[in-house]
Amino acid sequence: MSILVNEDTRIMVQGITGHQGSFNAIQMQKFGSKVVAGTSPGKGGSEVNGIKVFNTVKEAMKEDPNATFISVASPYVLDAAKEAMYSGIDLIYILTEKVPYQDTMKIVSLAGKLGKKVVGPNGPGVTSPFTCKLGIMPNQIFKKGNVGVISRSGTLTYEIVNLITTNGLGESTVVGLGGDPVTGMNYIDALDEFKKDDQTDAVAMVGEIGGTAEEEAAEYIKDRFNKPVVSYITGRSAPPGKRMGHAGAIISRGKGTAESKVKALEDAGVSVASYPYEIPSLLKEVLK
Amino acid sequence: MNLYEYQAKELFKKFGISIPAGKHVATESDLQWDKFPVVVKAQVLTGGRGKAGGIKFAKDIGDLQAKGKEILAMSIKGLKVRSLLLEEKLEIEKEYYLSITLDRSTKRPVIIASTSGGMEIEDVEDSKIVKYWIDPTLGYSSFIGREVSFKLGLSPEESKQFQDVLGRIYALYEGYDCELVEINPLVVLKNGKILAGDAKVVVDSDSLFRHKELSENPAERTELEELAFKRGYALVELGGDIGVIANGAGLTMATLDGLTLKGLKPKNFLDLGGSDDVEKVVGAFQILKEAKIRGILINIFGGVTHCDTVANGIAEAKKRVGIDVPIVVRLSGVNEDLGRQILKENGIESYSDMMDAINETVKVVK
Repeated sequence: MSILVNEDTRIMVQGITGHQGSFNAIQMQKFGSKVVAGTSPGKGGSEVNGIKVFNTVKEAMKEDPNATFISVASPYVLDAAKEAMYSGIDLIYILTEKVPYQDTMKIVSLAGKLGKKVVGPNGPGVTSPFTCKLGIMPNQIFKKGNVGVISRSGTLTYEIVNLITTNGLGESTVVGLGGDPVTGMNYIDALDEFKKDDQTDAVAMVGEIGGTAEEEAAEYIKDRFNKPVVSYITGRSAPPGKRMGHAGAIISRGKGTAESKVKALEDAGVSVASYPYEIPSLLKEVLK
Repeated sequence: MNLYEYQAKELFKKFGISIPAGKHVATESDLQWDKFPVVVKAQVLTGGRGKAGGIKFAKDIGDLQAKGKEILAMSIKGLKVRSLLLEEKLEIEKEYYLSITLDRSTKRPVIIASTSGGMEIEDVEDSKIVKYWIDPTLGYSSFIGREVSFKLGLSPEESKQFQDVLGRIYALYEGYDCELVEINPLVVLKNGKILAGDAKVVVDSDSLFRHKELSENPAERTELEELAFKRGYALVELGGDIGVIANGAGLTMATLDGLTLKGLKPKNFLDLGGSDDVEKVVGAFQILKEAKIRGILINIFGGVTHCDTVANGIAEAKKRVGIDVPIVVRLSGVNEDLGRQILKENGIESYSDMMDAINETVKVVK
């Protein structure tokens, strides 16, 4: 199988008539995803590449979606996520960047209480070759296989997935958590899913400076994870106090350094690569 | 976005939190005050201004004007002092600590309080710190204030005032999308009254669309960062001499790490982000032209950003911007072959593998 998404995932795109919404709806279709509906207030009745557009999520529920791709502008993300939760959508992926973190905090807190899953914001989504892509990862870098990938970044995820694919391995599911200080799923949530997934034999975990999510994941891996993990951590050369693009990627008050993350992971028995290109050979080693 | 102390205190006032009597002064001619002694505080967005001589007491009007002029002419940690805050001198009995900030691990706001204030909270032992995590769905409620002040062991009179302050700073934290609201010290005066001695407020920059009255402060940016910021680029200056242009924050960081591990020192972090625009690429070169560098490494993994767009941008920049240092290009991903061809037609070699490009950079700048 795969985690989070599969052939039964039926995607709705909130904000489907926008540039990102329409482009990615079509790319997801090309990948093989079932994109069953879209919303755009005031544009109900129209279509995007054969996908029916509705004014509200409530109306779009006629098409029976169970996952949503949110790509509305940042001021409207909290509202869009609530609209999806009100209608019973189980999996919420948020593409939008620059969402106020207090909005994200409310979405994540509500979702936790309602038993919903949130991926993002500000991340590339979830892809399982080739049953479903819920997100924006490039279609051509994947190969079906037994490696699970978890990452906080976008492009660096593509780099790692591409390396895995071109070196003769393949992916079960790739999860992009997002680069904000607060995101829905974190490493532990994704590891928990990979633990139960029989298609996944090893996990590549891509981390970066800022926060302590990698250290917490290392604790989890040490005590409660049953599959080999390899890792690459970026931001080793980042100076403290400077935000490296991602709102979450900052070393502040001595916390969140690459050294601390590498050490925690190595202590948990994880092989940590110095360069991205070392990931495939580390994977081959642990998969022997 | 960091607010200056005087801006933070204006917000405190708006939310009904007691602050010392004070006045914001931007020019020498405004250095007037009638009740002495008075505290003269430099307004800069950095810590440690006291140690740097940015906080002084003035005993009379002549002293105020001399010290005010002196501090206005100072730079603290490279930041020019642009204004001052004059404040009444307080009769301090005790100093407490109170803040609300995001706890990334639990994805919740956390209240941090201590009766040991006036110093860095990191230096206070854990047993003297009270923490309370707020459920973002349920929000703040008065019982939380009671619980925290019981744990701190405050007297009934202090407790009443403390709970009032806590409720108000939570309203500020939420109302202004803050990343941090910190009062250190929270002062207990000799007459028993509690007020905010200092004020630190950091507002989430992503929320400024709902706080239009707060215009972006000139943050701690270098000249190059300021130039890039004005032109809409995410650039961080790092101080080395190898220019870097990449796409995506993670890949850009990985590029910097790769160069550093090979013994080179990157000049900058520059992320083209999710753009697919020739001019955005040209503009990146125009910014790097202003920097003192020995070479430029471009590392692109095409997704939203197509490789041919970047290639066209590099070719344009070569013609229009006039870069006189070696350029090394790595292209992979969407439209890679097309991009490579465009570069070739313009006499530029490119690599498909990131390590090859890093190794080539090492070679060409030697």
